[in-house]
Amino acid sequence: MDSLLNSSRPPVFCPGCAHERVVRALDQALTGMGLSGEQVVIVTDIGCSGLFDTFFNTHAFHGLHGRALTYATGIKMARPDLTVIVTMGDGGLGIGGAHVLSTSRRNIDLTLLVLNNFNYGMTGGQCSSTTPQDARVGSGFLNRIERPVDICEVAGAAGAAMMVRASTYQKDLVDQMQSAIRFKGFSVMDIRGVCPGRYTKHNKLTPNAIETELSGFPPLDHYAARNARTEYGTAYRREAAKLEPVPPPARIHAEHQAPQSGRREMVILGSAGQRILTAGEILCLAGATAGLHATQKNDYPITVMRGHSVSEMILDEHEIGYTGIENPSVVAALAPEGVARRKKMFAGLSADTLVLAAAGVELPDTPARVETIDFKALKLKSPDRALAALARLAENRRMLTPEMLDSALALRFKGRVLEGARYVVETGRS
Amino acid sequence: MALTLLEGNEAIGWGALDAGCRFFAGYPITPATTVYNTMLRLLPPSGGICLQGEDEIASIGFCLGASMAGLKTMTATSGPGISLYSEQISFAVGSEIPIVIVDVQRLGPSTGSATKGADGDIQFLRWGNSGGQPVIVLAPVDVKDCYILTRHAFNLAEIYRCPVFIAANKEISMTRETLDLDGLNKPEIRNRKTADPDRPFLPFATPEGRLTPDFLPIGGDRLVRQTSSTHGPDGYITTDPALIGQTQERLMKKLESAVDGFTFFDEETVPDADTLVITYGVSGRAARDAVRSLSGTDRPASLLVLKTLWPVPEKRIQEAAAGYERIVVVEMNLGQYVREIQRLLPGKDISFVGRMDGELVKPGEILEVIHG
Repeated sequence: MDSLLNSSRPPVFCPGCAHERVVRALDQALTGMGLSGEQVVIVTDIGCSGLFDTFFNTHAFHGLHGRALTYATGIKMARPDLTVIVTMGDGGLGIGGAHVLSTSRRNIDLTLLVLNNFNYGMTGGQCSSTTPQDARVGSGFLNRIERPVDICEVAGAAGAAMMVRASTYQKDLVDQMQSAIRFKGFSVMDIRGVCPGRYTKHNKLTPNAIETELSGFPPLDHYAARNARTEYGTAYRREAAKLEPVPPPARIHAEHQAPQSGRREMVILGSAGQRILTAGEILCLAGATAGLHATQKNDYPITVMRGHSVSEMILDEHEIGYTGIENPSVVAALAPEGVARRKKMFAGLSADTLVLAAAGVELPDTPARVETIDFKALKLKSPDRALAALARLAENRRMLTPEMLDSALALRFKGRVLEGARYVVETGRS
Repeated sequence: MALTLLEGNEAIGWGALDAGCRFFAGYPITPATTVYNTMLRLLPPSGGICLQGEDEIASIGFCLGASMAGLKTMTATSGPGISLYSEQISFAVGSEIPIVIVDVQRLGPSTGSATKGADGDIQFLRWGNSGGQPVIVLAPVDVKDCYILTRHAFNLAEIYRCPVFIAANKEISMTRETLDLDGLNKPEIRNRKTADPDRPFLPFATPEGRLTPDFLPIGGDRLVRQTSSTHGPDGYITTDPALIGQTQERLMKKLESAVDGFTFFDEETVPDADTLVITYGVSGRAARDAVRSLSGTDRPASLLVLKTLWPVPEKRIQEAAAGYERIVVVEMNLGQYVREIQRLLPGKDISFVGRMDGELVKPGEILEVIHG
């Protein structure tokens, strides 16, 4: 094939624009590699470089400013066989800098061509992330007080192994592009050129000046060895292939008789690290072994290992509506943090409510019946108290039975953890 | 009957997998993180892809790319992430990219309260895209809905080539609950309609009598163009007002004219009731308890729990409300969807019950308003 250029849509750049040369170089690079349009996706964003996809007879994806690498990543992960070329200008580079960093860190097999013309061509020649500090651009003095970015150095620091600083006008541009496209990983080309419509109206910039400047940059060669590694998609598929499929969610059949009927609510008031949520889950599982519907609603701070942990469970033979606690059958008060979190609740408890309180945890005044458990005397550590409280309830056939609890433990735990849980239950029931 | 204990977010994950989701990308955020955790557990071992983006914008961008390559995709976040998704959502709306977006709502505004529930994004989801074209929003009430509505969401995204939101809430998504998975009435899996191989392909052309373009994947043996710019049927930028206008009207009509076909709701109709409670989301549970507690009293009430919120199922709401003088709207916010109800039911006595403090609306609060 001679060309992948779309003959019915010739380039429409300003006369003398560097972009048009890059369009032709990209066409020569792709056709020279023997690629057909069906094998190539050109992903673009906004600005003059965003027109690239329209000039080619390839697959095309034109999206939001600065986000081209995000779409390209999705496409490449879905279709690793495709050659995915991303173009962006120095505008998209500035907007999507985080994506350049992350794509460099991933080393996914994409080729990024940065069409760098040192300013925003489409919106009036404002400064971009690559504008020199001494340039005169449409942003007044603002470019004078911030530094331009050398994206190749940044990409290398972020983990990319293949970076090329290039001039639009250099003779081997096509060869350089082919090397970048052939590279099995993320490759970046910073392709510098003139913007006659805006930038060179006020700034002297010639092909020679670009080449001279390029020769002054530090070399990038050391990144090739330093950042050499398996391409992201290949590594991803290799890791994923090691994983075992996840079994479908457990189906729990009713095998026990619940001790009571109607809606029964329980609140466990504890602190982080007390396995409050696990105990709540076990109560729900226990309910399911008696054919009961269950809900568990938790309240804990965004931090871990500190603060309150509150779990609210409801069991009912009917489907559960409101998941809030209205009239708990049982409150387990296991730590001051949890009690403090629900201190207003205690005065409103009914006389029918049973409060199981860990010895030493102070309670607000309450009309409920309080039963104190001395966990220390039982030699039960803090993380076992919530489960031990369930054991005490099961022994009293309140909310659940010993059979329901044991079946729940067998659903939730295995091996030595199950043995340990059964020991806690045995100790806690007395 | 066998019961399964799942968190709402886990049920969303299983629903997605069973619907054919093969690509998920997300950025962790409470209370949506467990959707991501679930997809990371389920997808890679089954040949699917699960990625963690560097931010929310990247995460949804990955999904849009993968969707155009032909995969069924999903992402999940909370209100702050929906803000960051916004421009990409507009893209998916205007350029007809199928995607399921889970918004596990938390108490806002802004960073708000990470571990508190709310239904505060209900108007935001509808109007959070530039251009204001319609989107589909489904709102689960419980863990069953998390599973079933996610399956519906994938089907709708495929059929109409559009973003479909699951408007969940911390109070559903992070609540564990039993459900009978095998007893659910599961919708048949639908896939996007691929273009006829014998006819020329234009990426945004619609076949006669249809409002959604046929699909071909990027990377197939026929060239596909996707663009976020205003385009004609060929996928190239256009400035032709006639072409632009046709496309924009089609985008609106393809969803608004179809909503009767995907209006999901629960209804409890009580003869002789003069009050209808209309609600959605987790508040549907308290409302059901409230309405049932009035059964057999001298002032019973009926209930309509909407699960399709956008496009507004206008016909269903007007039909359901026809026989009632009083309407009570319950929302876990300070009054958002009630605006739609007021618009649709002029002349009715409409009361509102809501709160925005991270607490669930209680059945008792609803009863107080029903009793006037």
